[in-house]
Order: sequence, then C-alpha cells, then structure tokens
Amino acid sequence: MELENEKYDSNDVVISIKDLYKSFGENEVLRGVDLEVHNKENVVVLGRSGTGKSVLIKIICGLLKPDSGEVNVLGKEVELLSGKELQQLRLEIGFSFQNSALYDSMTVRENLAFPLVRHAKHLTRKEVQEQIERVLNEVGLLQTINQMPSELSGGQRKRIGIARTLILRPKIMLYDEPTSGLDPITSIEINNLINQVKHNFNTTSIIITHDLTCAKTTGDTVAMLYDGKFIKKGTFEEVFASDDERIQNFYKYNFIT
Amino acid sequence: MTNTKPVEKNLISKKIDTLFVDFYSAFQFILRFFKELFKPPYEVKEIIKQCYEVGYKSLFLISLTGFITGLVFTKQSRPSLSEFGATSWLPSLVAIAIIRALAPLVTALICAGKVGSNIAAELGSMKVTEQIDAMEVSAVNPFKFLVVSRVLATTIMIPLLMCYTGFVAMMGAFLNVHQNEMTSFITFFQQAFQKISFLDIFSSLIKSIVYGFTIGIVGCYKGFHAKNGTEGVGKAANLSVVLSMFLIFIEEILIVQITNSIRY
Repeated sequence: MELENEKYDSNDVVISIKDLYKSFGENEVLRGVDLEVHNKENVVVLGRSGTGKSVLIKIICGLLKPDSGEVNVLGKEVELLSGKELQQLRLEIGFSFQNSALYDSMTVRENLAFPLVRHAKHLTRKEVQEQIERVLNEVGLLQTINQMPSELSGGQRKRIGIARTLILRPKIMLYDEPTSGLDPITSIEINNLINQVKHNFNTTSIIITHDLTCAKTTGDTVAMLYDGKFIKKGTFEEVFASDDERIQNFYKYNFIT
Repeated sequence: MTNTKPVEKNLISKKIDTLFVDFYSAFQFILRFFKELFKPPYEVKEIIKQCYEVGYKSLFLISLTGFITGLVFTKQSRPSLSEFGATSWLPSLVAIAIIRALAPLVTALICAGKVGSNIAAELGSMKVTEQIDAMEVSAVNPFKFLVVSRVLATTIMIPLLMCYTGFVAMMGAFLNVHQNEMTSFITFFQQAFQKISFLDIFSSLIKSIVYGFTIGIVGCYKGFHAKNGTEGVGKAANLSVVLSMFLIFIEEILIVQITNSIRY
C-alpha cells in the first residue's frame, strides 16, 4: 500500500522552525530555536528537564503559541492557520504523550475508535474494528483490546498511546519522553517500536528525551537543547564527540544517574 | 511596619486583578459554549450518556432528600397551623412551598454537590493528565465533546429531576397528612393544587433550567481550568460546589424578585 508520505522526497523539509521564542511569565524557555526536520527523518531532541523540549513539540502541533518565530509544518505556517486548518493539520500529526494520556473512562478499543469514528466517517463498523485490530497488532497488544487503561502496565500504556495516534496514519510523529518511567527492557521495546513505526508508516518523527539509549537507537539526527537553544546538532556520535563541557556533562551524568 | 503596607496593597490589587481576569475568562467560556452549541458535529451519543449520568444516577439521592423534605416540612408546619385550627390549609401551604422553592432548590443543591463536583473532578483529572490535550491533537474538539455535552445534560436533566423531586416531596407531605387527618390521595392533591398557578410551575421550571446550566458550566469551567496536579483537581471539585451553591442562591433571589413583580 502506498502511503501519502511517499509524495515527499527524503530531502524535503517537513518541519521547519526559525528563531522560536517562548516564555512563561519571567521564565524564558525557548530563546531562538532553529530546527529543520527532513521527510522520514527521526530527530531526537535531547536536553535536561525544564529546557523546553516538550514546549517545542507542543508549539509544533499548535497546543501552545510561540511568542515569536516561525513554525512551518508540511508547508503550513502553524501560527497563521485558522481553527479548521489547524484541525486538518493535526490529522497529519501524531502526538505520543509522556504519560500516554489514554482516556481512562474508555477501553482500549474505545480509545482507538475515538479519533477514527470522528475523522473517517465513511468507514463501516466492521472496517473500524479491522483498523483497530490492525494497529493493535502493529504494537503487539491485540489481547488488551477490551481492557481499561488502568489495567495496563506503563509500557503497554505507551504502546496503546502510540497505537491511538497511528490509527489516523499521521505523516509526523511527536514523541514526548517515550521511555520515561519505564524499565530498561521495556524502554528498548519502545525504542524498537519507534523505529518500526518509522519503517512501516514512513513517518517523520521528533523524539523528546533525556535517555541516551533512546537517542542512540532511534535518532538519525540528535539535537542538544541547552538553555533554550540548540547547542549542537548531528548524528549521535558527532554530538557526543564534541568537546563542549555542557554536552560532556550531560553524557557523563546520564550514566551516573 | 512601613514595609508591610505596600505589600498588602500589592496583594489586594493583585487579587482584584485576578478576580477580573477570572470573570472575563468565565464570560469567554460561556460565550464559547453558546457558539459551539449550534455548530455541528453534534455529540448526540455523549449527550445521552451524560443525561444518564446526571439524571439516573442522582435518582436515589434525590428521592430520599425530596421525600424527607416534604415529610419534615409538613411535620414542622403542622403545629403552627393547628394553633389557628387551619390544618386543612396544610396541603396547599406545602404545595406552594415545595413547587415554588423547595423542589428547585433541593434538586439544585443536591446536584451541585453530586453532579457539579463529579464534572469538575472528571474534567480536572483529564486536564492534568493531558487527556484534553490528547483530544485536541487528535483534531477532536474537547470543548464540544466534554463541555457542551455535560452542560446540556445538566440543563435538560435538572428540570426533570426537579419535577420528580416535587412529586416525591408531595408524597412525603401526603404521608404525614394522611397519617393525621386520614385525607385521601385525591383530596390531598385537589387541595394542594388549588393555590398553584401556572406562573408557579413556569417560574420553577425556569429556575431549574438556570440552576442546571449554572451547575454544568461552573463544574466544566473549574475542571477545564484545573492545574497543579491532583491537588488542583480536588480544589476544582471543591470550588465548583461552593461557587455553584453561591450562584444558585443569588439566582434564587433574582428569579423570586422577578416572579413576584409579575405576580403582584
């Protein structure tokens, strides 16, 4: 099956951020962020807690408004979009939340059906069911279909959260701390799932993390965010070959803690 | 001493500022409700589900409090009326009290506690666990799905519950009157409705619609704006009950003033 994402060339920039500023009161979180993400590329944004990593992806999908700067996603200037246009753009973006954000009053099936029945109204009940099962199979959790989110483990919740975003076949995936709070083995499973999603769904992804294993396993490009700015971009090896003390400290403390 | 006064003044002006900002934000929230109410798509399934949650699940509590209210009010009114030998007025007195004031108020106060806090806590916990953001990024309008459906449900169901409370309270009153005067069911209700006018029923209906809307919108507003984790959720639920009850009493005074000016 040819996915929509095929119409983009791998050199095409699908996310472009220029001179982005965002502050909350006195606290300046982002201070001139520039970033380009190419089609089918996995970009990992690394950085300590509170450096504005999550703020960055929330601005990309229009959940937060920047103070200044340009955010262009799939050729559309996010700031200039009307409510309806923003809704359309969001259908192309999948957002995996740090704590999964599953609707806890719904079963796994209802969680997955929720966006699908609202945006693919032409589908019959049987087709909806098939789509749900296909995506659950993709994340290896078909057996949980009738379970409530409270009955799932942390890793399972993350997978279902990813499945819920995949059901709309997004072109872009934004992962907010996909491995936080998980044991090392489950973290590896989630990292593999991120790569599998890229391969099977041809997605372009931004992965927010402070986990170096996750960055190394999933990232084509790693960008180090420090003090509201990117201080280094490149492959994992290139970034951590740097002599920059801030990067070296981050590397060192990641293994100590 | 010289330092504390400016600080206090600053604090007061900050609180006044916050109050105005809050008023403005609540006003915007109400405006948005009316804007979204008429815009398709309509979340009919969710509205029906919420009607069930608000109506059916409050039935037991409403039955109990309604019945006790009617019974106790009749018991307490009897000695004063019997002093003047006017116990035959009891059915109409009780009916006026129940239909004009007690049924709408008791229903609203019980629902403010049960339904309002439930809505605020549910939306509050959805807010702090990013479930509302998740809806938004999956291009579903969370305001329409969560707020419009709940406010509509309370606005529809609380008038129905009010009618039910009125009936149950009248049954409580009948029990007491029947015990003491052996009045038949038909006679009791004939006497009770002698003094009830269309305006009494209409104003009660309007009152309960206003109370229903208030409970829903306050619960949703507080829940939708909850912050600071679980502590914020508790605070939102608590504040929604306090604020709804406060507003219900203010609305009661206003509506009574308006109906009295029409009546006399």
